[in-house]
Amino acid sequence: MMAKILADKRIETQHGRSRPVAKRHMPWGTWALTLNAIFVYTFLYVPIIVLVLFSFNAAKVGAQWQGFTLQWYNELFADARLGDALWTSLKIAGSSTLIATTIGTLAALALEKRGWWGRKTFDTALYLPVIIPDVVMAVSLLGFFTLAFRQFQALIGLNLAMGLWTVIISHVAFNISFVTVVVGTSLANFDRRLEEAAADLGATPWQTFWRIKFPLIGPGVLGGALLSFTLSLDDFVVTFFTRGPGVNTLTTEVYGRIKKSISPEINAISSLMLLASTTLVVASLWMQRRRQA
Amino acid sequence: MYNARTEQRRAWLQASPALIWLGFFFLAPLVLILIYSFQGRADDGTVLWNWSLANYQKLFADGAFWRTLWLSTWIALVVTAITLVVSYPLAFFMATRSPKIRGVLVLAVMIPFWTNFLVRIYAWKVLLGNNGVLNRFLGQFDLGPLQIINSPSAVIMALIYGELPYMILPLYAALERFDWVQLEAARDLGAGRFQTFWRVLLPQTLPGITAGSILVFVPTVGTFAVSDILGGTSVNMVGNTLSLQFGSASNWAYGSAISMIFMLLLLGAILLYFKATREVDDGENPG
Repeated sequence: MMAKILADKRIETQHGRSRPVAKRHMPWGTWALTLNAIFVYTFLYVPIIVLVLFSFNAAKVGAQWQGFTLQWYNELFADARLGDALWTSLKIAGSSTLIATTIGTLAALALEKRGWWGRKTFDTALYLPVIIPDVVMAVSLLGFFTLAFRQFQALIGLNLAMGLWTVIISHVAFNISFVTVVVGTSLANFDRRLEEAAADLGATPWQTFWRIKFPLIGPGVLGGALLSFTLSLDDFVVTFFTRGPGVNTLTTEVYGRIKKSISPEINAISSLMLLASTTLVVASLWMQRRRQA
Repeated sequence: MYNARTEQRRAWLQASPALIWLGFFFLAPLVLILIYSFQGRADDGTVLWNWSLANYQKLFADGAFWRTLWLSTWIALVVTAITLVVSYPLAFFMATRSPKIRGVLVLAVMIPFWTNFLVRIYAWKVLLGNNGVLNRFLGQFDLGPLQIINSPSAVIMALIYGELPYMILPLYAALERFDWVQLEAARDLGAGRFQTFWRVLLPQTLPGITAGSILVFVPTVGTFAVSDILGGTSVNMVGNTLSLQFGSASNWAYGSAISMIFMLLLLGAILLYFKATREVDDGENPG
C-alpha cells in the first residue's frame, strides 16, 4: 500500500512537472526571456511600422507628421518606370523559378537514391552557391558572360549581349540549391514503401512518380518554388551585375532612387512591397495548413 | 524492375541538369575569376592576357585593402555575435511556448525575413538619417542630433536587423527538436543551471548555432548594398571594393585577385568555425 502511494505520488509529481519543466529549468529567469522577446520583436517591427506610417505623411521632407495623404500612392501608380521595373522583376522571378524548381526537384530525386557514387560530392557541391558571397558570384558571372560573348563573336560571329536572359540564368544558378534542399526535406519524409507497393501492383516508374510520389511531395516542391520566387524578387547584387543595358528590376530601380535621397514615394513603394510579401507568406502558410487538414 | 544499375543511371540523369547548369554558370565563372586574377589590365580597362603574379603582389602591399578586409571582418563578427546573443534566448522562449503560440511567433519572425532587403535597409535610412526619426525624437529632449548615418554603427544596426531572422530560425529549429526531459534529468542528477545549459542544452543545439552563425557571417562580410547605402564613403567593405574594381575602376584582374583572397579567407574561417564547434561538442559529450 505504502509503495503504491509512493509510486502514485512519484507519477503525480512527474506528471505535474512534465509540462512546466522547461519553465522551471530555464537557465535565465522567465522575465528576462520575456523581456528579450519583447525587445527583439519591437526591434523587428518598429522600422517597418515607421515606414508604413510615413508613406501616408503629407510632409515631403523630414520626419515631422503633417497630416494624412494618399498623394504618394497616386504618384506611384502614375510612375511608368516603376511599373516596367515591377513587370521585369516578375518575368525574371517567374522564369527562373520555373527552371530552378524543375532542375532542383530532379536533383533532389537523384540525391535520394542510395549507393550512387557521385552522391556525396554532388550533395556538398550544392551547398557552395549558398556559402559563396553573392557579390563574388555576381562579379564572376559578369566576367564569364563578357568573355563568353566575345568568344562567340570571334569564333562563330554570333552577336550576344547581356539582357534579361543573363539575369534569369544567374538567378537559376543560385536558386537550384535552395529548391533542392527544400524538396529534399519533404522527400526525406516520404514513405518509400508506397513506391514499392505501386511497383508491385504493376505501375510503371512514370506512373508511380506522377500518381503517388509527386502529389505527396507537392507541398515541398511548392515551398521550394515559393522560396526561389522570393529570393529572385529580393535579389539586388546578382541582378545589378548581370543585367544588360536598359534592364531595370524593382530592386535596381529602388536602389538607384534610395542612393540619391529619401522620399515619401519610396516609403509608398516599400509599404506595397511589404504588403505583397506579407500576403505571400500568409497565403503559403494557409495553403499548407489546408493541405494538412 | 528496380535494379541497382537502372537506379544509378536514373540518378545521373536526374542530377545532370543541375550539374550542367552549376558547372556552366557557377563553377566556370569562379574558375574564370581564378584565371583573371593572374592577368593584367589593358589601357582601355579590359583584361590583358599576360600571366603574372603582379595582382597578388600589389594586393599584399596594398594597406587600404587590408584595412577594408579588417573592417569587414570586424563588422561581421560584431553582427554575428550580437545576433547570436539576442537570438538564442529568443529561440528558447519561442520553443518553450505552446504549439499554437509558437506558430504565431515564428510567423512574426518570418514577415520581416520575407520583406525585400532593400526596403529593410531603406527603413534604417529613414530612422537614422540626420533629419530622421531618431534625431527628431532626441530633439524633443534637446539631445543630439547624432551623426549615425554614414558610420559603421548605422551599417551594423541595419545588418543586425536584416540578418536576425537567419539566426533565429536555425536556432529555433534546433531548440524545438530538443527533448526537454533531459534538462530535468540533468537537474535531478545535481547539475546547476549553468552546468545544465553548458553541458546538456548547448552541445545539442550546436548545429543550430553553427548554421545560424554561418548564415549571418557570410552575407555580412560580403555585403555591398548596406554599406553602400548607409555607410556612404566612410564605410568601405570588401563588397564595395569588389564592385568598384568591376565597375568604375574597371580593373577586373585586380578585382579577381581580391575575390580569390576573400573567398580563401572566408572558407578558412568557416572550416575553422566548424572545427571549433565540433571540438566543444566532442569535449562535452564523450562517446
